[in-house]
Amino acid sequence: MSVTSGVDTDEGRVSKAPEKSPSEPRRNASLRKGEGRRAIFLILPTLVLLAVVIGYPVVKAIIMSFQKDPGLDKSTGLFVSGGNAGFSNYTHWLLQRCGEASCPPGTLGSQFWDSVTTTFFFTAVTVVVEVCLGMWMAIVMNRAFRGRGLLRASVLVPWAIPTAVTAKLWFFIFAYDGIANHLLGTHILWTGDEWASRFAVIIADVWKTTPFIALLILAGLQVIPGDIYEAARVDGASAWQRFTRVTLPLVRPALMVAVLFRVLDVLRIYDLPAILTNGGGGTGHATTTLSILVVDQIRQGFNSAAALSTLTFLLIFLVAFIFVRFLGAHVVQTQQSQQKGGAA
Amino acid sequence: MVMRSRSVNAAAACLGIGVLLIGVAGCGGGGGNNAAGQNTSGRGPITYVQGKDNNNVVRPTIDKWNADHPNEKVTFKEQSDSADAQHDDLVQHFQAKDANYDVVDVDVVWTAEFAAKGWLQPLEGQFALDTSKLLPATVKTGTYNGKLYAAPQSSDGGLLYYRKDLVPTPPKTWDEMMSDCSIAKQNNMDCYAGQFAKYEGLTVNAAEAINTAGGVIVKSDGKTPDVNTAEANKGLTNLVTAYKNGNIPQQAITYQEEQGRQSFEAGKLLFLRNWPYVYSLATTDGSSVVKDKFGIAPLPGLNGPGASSLGGHNAAISAYSAHKATAFDFVKYLESEDRQTFNATQGSLAPVIASLYDDATLVQKLPYLPVLKTSILNAVPRPVTPFYPAVTKAVEDNAYAAIKGDKTVDQALKDMQAAIQAAGS
Repeated sequence: MSVTSGVDTDEGRVSKAPEKSPSEPRRNASLRKGEGRRAIFLILPTLVLLAVVIGYPVVKAIIMSFQKDPGLDKSTGLFVSGGNAGFSNYTHWLLQRCGEASCPPGTLGSQFWDSVTTTFFFTAVTVVVEVCLGMWMAIVMNRAFRGRGLLRASVLVPWAIPTAVTAKLWFFIFAYDGIANHLLGTHILWTGDEWASRFAVIIADVWKTTPFIALLILAGLQVIPGDIYEAARVDGASAWQRFTRVTLPLVRPALMVAVLFRVLDVLRIYDLPAILTNGGGGTGHATTTLSILVVDQIRQGFNSAAALSTLTFLLIFLVAFIFVRFLGAHVVQTQQSQQKGGAA
Repeated sequence: MVMRSRSVNAAAACLGIGVLLIGVAGCGGGGGNNAAGQNTSGRGPITYVQGKDNNNVVRPTIDKWNADHPNEKVTFKEQSDSADAQHDDLVQHFQAKDANYDVVDVDVVWTAEFAAKGWLQPLEGQFALDTSKLLPATVKTGTYNGKLYAAPQSSDGGLLYYRKDLVPTPPKTWDEMMSDCSIAKQNNMDCYAGQFAKYEGLTVNAAEAINTAGGVIVKSDGKTPDVNTAEANKGLTNLVTAYKNGNIPQQAITYQEEQGRQSFEAGKLLFLRNWPYVYSLATTDGSSVVKDKFGIAPLPGLNGPGASSLGGHNAAISAYSAHKATAFDFVKYLESEDRQTFNATQGSLAPVIASLYDDATLVQKLPYLPVLKTSILNAVPRPVTPFYPAVTKAVEDNAYAAIKGDKTVDQALKDMQAAIQAAGS
């Protein structure tokens, strides 16, 4: 709700911009003289704080990523600083090179591309499933019926439980002697098999975050005026047509925001697979995501971990960019047309 | 608007992802130093750092010390319960050269890493510790590059829990145990389980299998891998074969300590490799159906007892401590027979002094002590290497793949060798 309305106000402001009244330039000029400087002073503490809290660590991590991890001095057996690494930390991950040879199985370096694939696989599957289920839940919750408030509140429960607790709960459910195998009458090694462990993570994640998506979509559904549906019904649109022609286009802005949030979230997923499977399954790393790899690497060497997290950052940034550039632009268009429609 | 929404969203994305980077940048630094030569005669109040004191042994120990040393009082800094969190907390304070972490309790597998970083005071010269009464294997865990860096404080070794109602005499060798598996089959039980999930416990179990068969993971220098040998092959093959033919049940690949214990206490498992803590739980747990039906024995080996891996903790003096003389006195106090006895009776912590294992009153309180002594006397520490996290990963990943049958034993050992080599370069 707040997301859509926030965007709407922005939109309103910008669409007003071309019709500036003649007095406005003068007001801006006066703002530049005295108030502008004061504004800078007012913003400065925030800027400094942001630079220290966000800017410094990011820059420092990038600098670190170009340094070698400390190596052992052969004679003393003590660690000495590794010196300049050039791009070797990056080639270590991207080309999976450990020294002169390619990284042997059992090193973190050999798992980079596998964990990229795993992370994207989790992202694609969970987001698609969550959006479908979330849409269905939102439409149900949008209907008027007795106990709707209770349903809306109870749906939030999985989302309100801390992920670490969720992960531990599912860990017990998916244990060999756990409830899942009992109910299904199966003997699946949920945390040991390659695909079973992946789906264990996906099931737990879907259970936890579908309510989040459902609520965001519900917020979008609630701003669709009922008379549009009425008009569609009068025009003889079937339920399916009303869904695809009215609901979907109008809920799309909210939906896109929800999807963007979830995609960025899943790309960084750490706690759930870390606790549920410890990144294991399959040949030993079937559920190792990029963030798990980063944390594992931190224990083995900070500089190489800095390179890895910079790569992860770039990768996620790229995905976010693509989203905002190609799908986000679409969000804006629909809103513009929506507003035009509303005005007319 | 298009521009604006893009940049706002991008900024939000940036902010979120930036957190990843911050986590890493917060832990930079490291490298050698010469702090070890300073403050060697300093006396005064010190701090003792240890993970959560679950058995309430540390506070009484410190109270007793403080009563005797009013001018050199010890403050207890209690860390969290999680080993990883303890490790990271120590690393952060050492990197900050914190003079307030005087005596620290380190897991046996961290000792080499901290020593190689130059964070621990070598226990030589005026800090030389008398180790003659200690169990030799425990001393090895505190020794890096031929120097003692940490004083063994508590130990731990693997035991074989078996059902004495079904198996009157416990198996002495692995082959005997495997042939006893027919008894398990008759009783519709699983035969043997250890810790085979992919985590530190698998390294412990794989190392035991390899060491028992006469192989090693790294050479005595702690760095050079030597695992691609016929002996190591034999050891790992024992596990692989048992998993394949069902003597190790298929779900054991998901077992950590607790799952194995639960299965044993539920009467579903004939043999279990686990730590001494299971003993009192299996005797007293309400849900345990094996209360007086189980016995303990040393791990089965080739001809006699097998080679257990070692658990436990060491006490070390920070190289940045301002009061090292006091710190050393406190370490000696922790090592004393009096304190070791107290830790054993109060907290069930296995002592590091050999003679205590034969102490009649202690044995009455902790009946597993004589067996544990055999276990620890035959124990081989896990690799004492500054690259331990990478080494354990190499062992875990490849042993896991081998046991599950995703890889041949030959290939797994070859990869393990290469991965350990890569870790140290």
